[in-house]
Amino acid sequence: MADIEHVPTVIADNAHVIYKVRGGGKNNQSPLASLKKIVTRQKEANVREVHAVKGVSFVAYKGEAIGLIGSNGSGKSTLLRAVAGLLPVARGAIYAAGQPSLLGVNAALMNDLPGDQNVELGCLAMGMSPADVKEKKQGIIDFSGINERGDFSSLPMRTYSSGMAARLRFSISAAKLHDVLLIDEALATGDAKFRKRSEARVRELREQAGTVFLVSHSEQSIRDTCERCIWLESGLIRADGPTDEVMKEYDAFNKR
Amino acid sequence: MPETAVAESGTELSAKELARRHGLSSSGRRIRLPEYTRQLWRYRHFISAHARAKTSSALGQTNLGTLWQVLTPIINAAVYYVIFGVVIGTRGGVDNFIPYLCIGVFVFGFTQSVVNSGINAITGNLGLIRALHFPRASLPLSVALVEARNFLTALVVLFGIVLISGEPINPEWLLVIPALVLQVVFNTGLAMGMARLGSKMRDIKQLIPFIMRFWMYGSAILYPVTRFTEHLHGWKLALVEANPLLVFVELFRHALMENVVLAGTPTLLWTEAAVWAAVVGLGGYVYFWRGEKGYGRG
Repeated sequence: MADIEHVPTVIADNAHVIYKVRGGGKNNQSPLASLKKIVTRQKEANVREVHAVKGVSFVAYKGEAIGLIGSNGSGKSTLLRAVAGLLPVARGAIYAAGQPSLLGVNAALMNDLPGDQNVELGCLAMGMSPADVKEKKQGIIDFSGINERGDFSSLPMRTYSSGMAARLRFSISAAKLHDVLLIDEALATGDAKFRKRSEARVRELREQAGTVFLVSHSEQSIRDTCERCIWLESGLIRADGPTDEVMKEYDAFNKR
Repeated sequence: MPETAVAESGTELSAKELARRHGLSSSGRRIRLPEYTRQLWRYRHFISAHARAKTSSALGQTNLGTLWQVLTPIINAAVYYVIFGVVIGTRGGVDNFIPYLCIGVFVFGFTQSVVNSGINAITGNLGLIRALHFPRASLPLSVALVEARNFLTALVVLFGIVLISGEPINPEWLLVIPALVLQVVFNTGLAMGMARLGSKMRDIKQLIPFIMRFWMYGSAILYPVTRFTEHLHGWKLALVEANPLLVFVELFRHALMENVVLAGTPTLLWTEAAVWAAVVGLGGYVYFWRGEKGYGRG
């Protein structure tokens, strides 16, 4: 194993993620009940803790595309957000090369602005220079394909369908080379044509010496893009290895 | 049982060792202040684009659009003119009360709107924060920029009001520039402080209207500052006169009006303003930076 080929980009060392949810528990408390809680010093009653990732360790290397699979609520998205540095790690640690960027379907840009201005703003927010943005803007809009049905790029984003918005967001994030790109179900929302295009783009990003993490419930898109797979179940890794093997185990588990 | 990939890597190094050897950093690490400042400078285009976007999306839904930037201060002044100039007809012991009042209202309004939008700078942009990585101070900076631009428009209206009311233009008007610079620095620090406070303690937002009203009555906006000097003594007077907004309002009055009784000598006011701008500007920035990794979490 030559060291050059095996440069780690993300290392998770027994990482635990616990997040707090505000407003959980019983809603509609009376003012009197709230006051009683403060007076009796009950620790913030409407904050609940969710232990979503319970000790995960793995090493991801340059040029790998890793699929994250597991049933709903198994901690996949939480793990991605922790890798991106958006959620703190309660115990253990996650180390990453550069700044991993998370690309999720629910990450909103500015809904009142037209698509093309969102492209400019998003690119600037990723640290591009104004000259770069000018150069890449048209390419991003073309890639997203939002103009295929007329001039949508000059309409506010709130008028977009969820698929269109997700495509535009993916196109913006994919316009820059990332050391580590984290994709949360983004590819599942587009239509077949866009999916193919974005899978090609993911492969390209990977070849340009990045690491890609992909969370998806679509077995096909995981098989097509990832050669390694991590299977999470209730916050723990159940399997980590070549996609075929892990998928086989996962399918067997689901059929039970 | 979970299999770990560490064993696969073929090395006996601990994860921490491996990370250190390849220069990986823990994702929750805070960067140092000078580096953070440099990063912010690199994001200056983002900050101005975000400020532009905010203005156009706020006014884009209205029919008159950017005309509101001029209309809002004019209507604001008209309301006070009708109430104090026409209905009550008060002079409050000031020779030229309308410009006196308008300067106070406008200058206070500048800081007030910075506080109001600063407190939402983080909580109102969670989508952007969770999607993209950029120095978070860009957001309160963009707020400060939007409000500074609005205030510049308002200043033009204010100059008009002051001129119409019979105050002559003289070289002293140039003093508006340093006063403006100091207030912008003060407001920028305030916006950053408020942004972190608003993201940490959601409850504070409910209290802001009351705090701001209290602050306004303490800044001699609706009545002449001599009310304070006549009725307050000792520590109460000292407290009121140290109020930064009172200081800024007085500086603008000093610059734009002749024969106006100030709360203190101009030298004292300028010193106070400079100290406030330095303390709040720098303090707000450092306070915001210390929370950098916590924004958008949880």
